[in-house]
Amino acid sequence: MSEAARTTIDNQEVERFSRLAAEWWNPKGKFKPLHKFNPVRLEYIRNQIAERFDRDIRAPRPFEGLRLLDIGCGGGLMSEPMARLGAEVVGADASATNIEVAKLHSAQSGLTIDYRATTAEALADAGETFDVVLNLEVVEHVSDIELFIDKCGAMVRPGGIMMVATINRTLKALGLAIIGAEYVLQWLPRGTHQFSKLVKPDELEAALSHAGLRTVEKLGVTYNPLADRWGRSSDTDVNYMVLAEKPAL
Amino acid sequence: MARRARTIDAPLGTGAGDASAENGAADALPLKADILVAGGNYVGMATALGLKQARPNLEVFVADQAPKGASARDGRASAIAAAACRMLKSLGVWDEIAPQAQAITEMVVTDSRRTDPIRPVFLTFDGAVGPGEPFAHMVPNGPMNGALRAKAEEAGVRFIDGVGVDSFDTAENGVSVRLADGRALETRLLVAADGVKSRLRDQAGIKTVRWDYGQSGIVCTVRHSRPHEGRAEEHFLPAGPFAILPLKADEKGHRSSIVWTEKKEDANRLVEADELLFEVELEERFGLKLGEIRVDGKAKAWPLSLTLARDFVKPRFALVGDAAHGIHPIAGQGLNLGFKDAAALAEVIVEADRHGRDIGALDVLENYQRWRRWDTFQLGASTDVLNRLFSNDFGPLRTLRDVGLGIVDRLPRVKGFFIGQAAGLSTDAPRLLRGERI
Repeated sequence: MSEAARTTIDNQEVERFSRLAAEWWNPKGKFKPLHKFNPVRLEYIRNQIAERFDRDIRAPRPFEGLRLLDIGCGGGLMSEPMARLGAEVVGADASATNIEVAKLHSAQSGLTIDYRATTAEALADAGETFDVVLNLEVVEHVSDIELFIDKCGAMVRPGGIMMVATINRTLKALGLAIIGAEYVLQWLPRGTHQFSKLVKPDELEAALSHAGLRTVEKLGVTYNPLADRWGRSSDTDVNYMVLAEKPAL
Repeated sequence: MARRARTIDAPLGTGAGDASAENGAADALPLKADILVAGGNYVGMATALGLKQARPNLEVFVADQAPKGASARDGRASAIAAAACRMLKSLGVWDEIAPQAQAITEMVVTDSRRTDPIRPVFLTFDGAVGPGEPFAHMVPNGPMNGALRAKAEEAGVRFIDGVGVDSFDTAENGVSVRLADGRALETRLLVAADGVKSRLRDQAGIKTVRWDYGQSGIVCTVRHSRPHEGRAEEHFLPAGPFAILPLKADEKGHRSSIVWTEKKEDANRLVEADELLFEVELEERFGLKLGEIRVDGKAKAWPLSLTLARDFVKPRFALVGDAAHGIHPIAGQGLNLGFKDAAALAEVIVEADRHGRDIGALDVLENYQRWRRWDTFQLGASTDVLNRLFSNDFGPLRTLRDVGLGIVDRLPRVKGFFIGQAAGLSTDAPRLLRGERI
């Protein structure tokens, strides 16, 4: 707090951002569905990065020396764990508010993360490159998938990986992810997802391939209402993830 | 508010807090911890040690108001189920304890009036869960605590002796703890292992459910002229269970530990009575199989109750051991449940840290709560039922329970299940309890 007070940001704004940060990071709050969803993704992402770069997950900071980009980082729910694991993290979000919130929270957590209010396109055009690019719940919101994935792909270093998580364009996804999650359960605000903007796995794979990336694995993430838990599965009808690699030189 | 107790031994290897400072300790820079365990009993120490061994990068503190060495002088003994024994092995302290541990190689359960000349035996088993692995051991608390302490220090756990936690404030990113000597400590997670009357649990606003039995457990050590051969006995007498648990013989000869349940007022009367009178009463229940008996030291009576915390966790706060569940000692499961807490909490935190997650986050800690709360409730409830079922002399009920025990005795698989449960070897056991490292 005291540090923020010394900057030119006015105190009311800081107050607002810290309230928002508390909201983002409250596992029982508005972002509860994301907190429920995050552990299964986190485990998969951690294991894949460790395998690809031959890191020991039992080491204190296994991702030391890896440069990672988290596109659409929001409040930093994935950026912070990656930074704790030792990665040099750039968190990008088009929303300046999200970035302020994420900055505030990472400072509270004592983590160093390079948060930037910018877009993947701008980062790519600036020539930034990364060992790992995380692209979680973003492609369903962009207008030109091929261009977006091209730009993201350009930032992946040879031998590096990109992980994309999104929602399939199926009737089941319409029923569960839009009608179910937004209207019935009200997990997400109405209008979060537009059906026509959802992306099918083969469309995503085509875009990845166009960007020079090879799909390594594709898997579904499904919700078990009895256990109130998300888990990995082979069912990619609703939520799914794609792991793609850029061949080494 | 804070009491000053600077003369108390409070050594700290390094760090900002300087215990020897004549003044201004309260104003010094706060100590920095990742995890502070409040309570230095075996459950608190096992939690700290399990965490530190798996994640040396975490700064782990243990604070206890008792002076250094107090827990190593604890004269009581505990029944350690096979699972807890495996845990002590994986923590690397069992070899130290083993010479003083008595294996329970046979277990006999009877249901009788104390005047019955011969007590019909309804349940017996030779107490092995596997080749060479007895289902339980009797272990003296003192050496067990001493071994845990030494190992924890060796692993780099930092102890604050003679100073308890005075109060704490939980914020978004950490807990600000005020120690009883006025020093401040910042931690990401506070673990309360401060016993059944946990003050920290009350400060965290966690409510409890409590059953009082109106009974007390008389605990004492008995010397006897003949060897017990590793045999444990539990007699369900009308006033409550009477257990004989074999202890390792020492230079003064054979001995066993007694846990003897009576109505509270009878128990108080007995322990305050003349030694000779006490021994007469004891002999009537103990029997003559082990020859002449003599009480070693003074018998003590402990009121029996079942206390369960409604929640085991809050943001950046977790309960372990008796602070979460003080159970009736009838099934001898208090320590074993506590070790299971320690193993489960350590595993949950280690996993979270290996995923780069915030170790104090509520959704992380809830994994521990989900794992432990149901199990605890089940065991608490079943020991309660067991006690209510057996602590009476109502004819039809006696017949029913005897038939029940008889059936259990004749069905090897059912018996195996009960023994496995008593040994703590269920399938969802945390890694440390399976004898693995986290």
